[in-house]
Amino acid sequence: MTVGIVMLVHTALNRAEQVARHWTAAGCPVVIHVDRNVPRRVYNRFTSAVADNRMIRFSERHRCEWGTWGIVAASQSASELMLASFQDVSHVYLASGSCLPLRPVQELIDYLAARPRTDFIESATTADVPWTVGGLDSERFTLRFPFSWKKNRYLFDKYVDLQRRVGFKRKIPSGLVPHMGSQWWCLTRQTLSAILQDPERETYDRYFKKVWIPDESYYQTLARQYSTNIESRSLTLSKFDFQGKPHIFYDDHLQLLRRSDCFVARKIWPRAERLYQAFLADGAGAMNKTEPNPGKIDRIFAKAVERRTRGRPGLYMQSRYPNAGWENGLTSNPYSVFQGFSELFENFEPWLAKATGARVHGHIFAADRVEFSGGQTLINGALCDSAAKRDYAPEAFLTSLIWNTRGERQCFQFGPGDNQDINWFIARDPNAQISVISGTWAVPLFRSNRNFADLRKEAAELQRIESSHLDVLRSTHTKARIRIWTMAEFVEAPMEPIQTIIDEIGPPGQRHLAEAPTMANLEGFGQFLQNLKNQGMHPYLMGDFPVEQGPVKMPKPTRKPYLVR
Amino acid sequence: MGVWQSYRLRIQRKRWRIRAFRKRRELHPVANRTAQILPNDIIVFCTQRNERTRLPFFLNYYRDMGVGHFVFVDNDSTDGSLDYLSGQPDVSVWHTRASYKRSRFGVDWLNWLQRKYADGHWCLVVDPDEFLVYPFCDTRPLQALTDWLDASSIKSFSAMLLDMYPKGRLDAQPYEEGRDPIEIACWFDSGNYSLRKNKKFGNLWIQGGPRSRVFFRDMPAKAPALNKIPLVKWDKKYTYVSSTHMLLPRGLNQVYDEWGGEKASGVLLHAKFLDTFSAKAKEELERKQHYSASVEYRAYAESLKDDPELWCKWSEKYINWRQLEILGLMSKGNWA
Repeated sequence: MTVGIVMLVHTALNRAEQVARHWTAAGCPVVIHVDRNVPRRVYNRFTSAVADNRMIRFSERHRCEWGTWGIVAASQSASELMLASFQDVSHVYLASGSCLPLRPVQELIDYLAARPRTDFIESATTADVPWTVGGLDSERFTLRFPFSWKKNRYLFDKYVDLQRRVGFKRKIPSGLVPHMGSQWWCLTRQTLSAILQDPERETYDRYFKKVWIPDESYYQTLARQYSTNIESRSLTLSKFDFQGKPHIFYDDHLQLLRRSDCFVARKIWPRAERLYQAFLADGAGAMNKTEPNPGKIDRIFAKAVERRTRGRPGLYMQSRYPNAGWENGLTSNPYSVFQGFSELFENFEPWLAKATGARVHGHIFAADRVEFSGGQTLINGALCDSAAKRDYAPEAFLTSLIWNTRGERQCFQFGPGDNQDINWFIARDPNAQISVISGTWAVPLFRSNRNFADLRKEAAELQRIESSHLDVLRSTHTKARIRIWTMAEFVEAPMEPIQTIIDEIGPPGQRHLAEAPTMANLEGFGQFLQNLKNQGMHPYLMGDFPVEQGPVKMPKPTRKPYLVR
Repeated sequence: MGVWQSYRLRIQRKRWRIRAFRKRRELHPVANRTAQILPNDIIVFCTQRNERTRLPFFLNYYRDMGVGHFVFVDNDSTDGSLDYLSGQPDVSVWHTRASYKRSRFGVDWLNWLQRKYADGHWCLVVDPDEFLVYPFCDTRPLQALTDWLDASSIKSFSAMLLDMYPKGRLDAQPYEEGRDPIEIACWFDSGNYSLRKNKKFGNLWIQGGPRSRVFFRDMPAKAPALNKIPLVKWDKKYTYVSSTHMLLPRGLNQVYDEWGGEKASGVLLHAKFLDTFSAKAKEELERKQHYSASVEYRAYAESLKDDPELWCKWSEKYINWRQLEILGLMSKGNWA
């Protein structure tokens, strides 16, 4: 009782030889199929190199191109040769030249000897598996594929389209239910010989010759006809990326492969010297009865696919530059934008930093420079405070800032005096929490000591800018979390909205606010607005302010309710 | 892209090829060992001038990585680097006295040599102060990468230029021959880059880093481009258009994913800022052989008078490629 290895080889023949000798050393006969595309000279050198080993045979050569019948034909002839020449073979294992046995061969022999009637072949119906590339699943079995997918992709696609439009369908031979799965199988002598000696084989072969990627469906479908006990998984560890090509193993995967407890892995980079050395040294090793466990490898490769298809949200770099709408997150982390707060409250920024534990910047889009927190000129990632650099690429500036400070919440001030080019970007960003008290730009004007004519002009300008910003924020395309109050509204009851915002920012602010920010002295502000109106400039964004208003008193934050026992 | 645009780019590509063909006369072979190149060899192409002290480390760095052959164009060096190069067993070197500027900063010369010797090879075009870092470069040779790129039908590999600088004055630690320059210039800017797309050629245009931060603070548009595509499976029909920033046909510039994913990419560590820099900047300013009337070198000379420090509190110290990947400067893509 032993296992016969059928090996399909097209490159790295020296590695194939090394592995074949490893198999035979443990008593497993090997039949090698060498792709017809390999030059005769190379082939002859290969055969004579292993001529000394009587357990290595060579089968009739076929031309193997990916996705075509040649690979099935190759495995058929090699399997026939195997069954005919080695009578004590009870299982046949299909492997490629870049497969590498990870566990002592004897363990595989024992494992299979303990399951003499089991066929290990991954085999699933097309409707139930999502692993197909190019959107062809059941259609592999019903269309014709005369053009090469690799060389003539255009014709391949066009011909598929044409057949779909015409409604062409091939007939599946009666009795067959199409199944697919990994092309690397291990079948018992009974099942394999039943497939190869089937009286209907002619019909089946003729049908499968025109199926796309028949090596993933021929044995998988036919094994269902004959096998009494199919274990639908492959004994070969083989991972595929998002384009359906196998991941390659390198020297640095050594520990990972050791821990996987799989019998055979593919595909191994031919120059991965350490892997070949480590696994072909076949140390006696404690006999290991564990089942294969590729979980960890699965995770690593699943992550690689995720990185390739979804990427890291909020990252813009040389090999990730998503089209609009495909960013999968415009920025990497949530952040807060405050408009009008630092005008209305004295020392709002330090207060906010204290209340939330977040990093609070000033107006980072201010005209003269970037007001980073604490007056810094540079910040994480060596992002500098030059307004010229920021205005050159405002979106890159903001995304870099948020990316560089991952793990720490950023808050910053914004206003109509700032660079407005960023407005749409922030409004579209679900990570942005925007709180606006409209009309507060009038407060600094009111408190400044300038000529009224200038003030009037500037007020008109600021009101125009803020008004169009509010239009952006109220547009249907915004995705940010937006709150807008007029100044009059806010001054009426300031604590409640502040508490809501702070709560939303997160953990450090979860507690009840102990201290309220101090509101600027607004005595005479109503008169100031009236003066603007009298000059013909109607400020409306701050809501209705009475001309004579009593001094606004910030209410003391309510004490925590306590229980009297 | 319309047919017209496509046709115009084709004409442009032909134009660069003809130009490279004309410029071939400026090159004189000093040591031509290209017959030694094996079919699977990776070839480094490089233009250099007076980089004698840097060359030994440069050559060894790429030899260790698995590069099979080097092709150099020596632009009239006076420091013995030509003799040094012609004495190396795996280097072919051409000499020229012609204008660097008029060969479009060496692009025409290399286009010609690549067309002649790189067809069908993976080739890496770098300067003597650029050191490629790619995913898993500490455990896998460059050929592992190119084999994987081949298997994935990828023809070009992006590696952005990352300016490295020392802490303190540039001339505080003199560079000695054979030493790893990254040991001295081991700091970099991790997160102040901006990208935009070049609609015509389809490449990204990346600016930022310490040069932009210090020398081009007030005119960021003039800061040097950092996007590079140095590793290409060459075909004799290809041409570099401007330095290694972009290529034709333009499909080769599509080294980034537009649908949210990340493609695999590397970084070119740029060890320009060593003690040799001030002298070089001065010389280049006099030769006026650099891009856009040497605007870059003028800016440097301007700032270097006050001996600026490129290092800042937020500079990152270089550790390895994994650090660069975590910072988002490069990516493993789906190579695992």
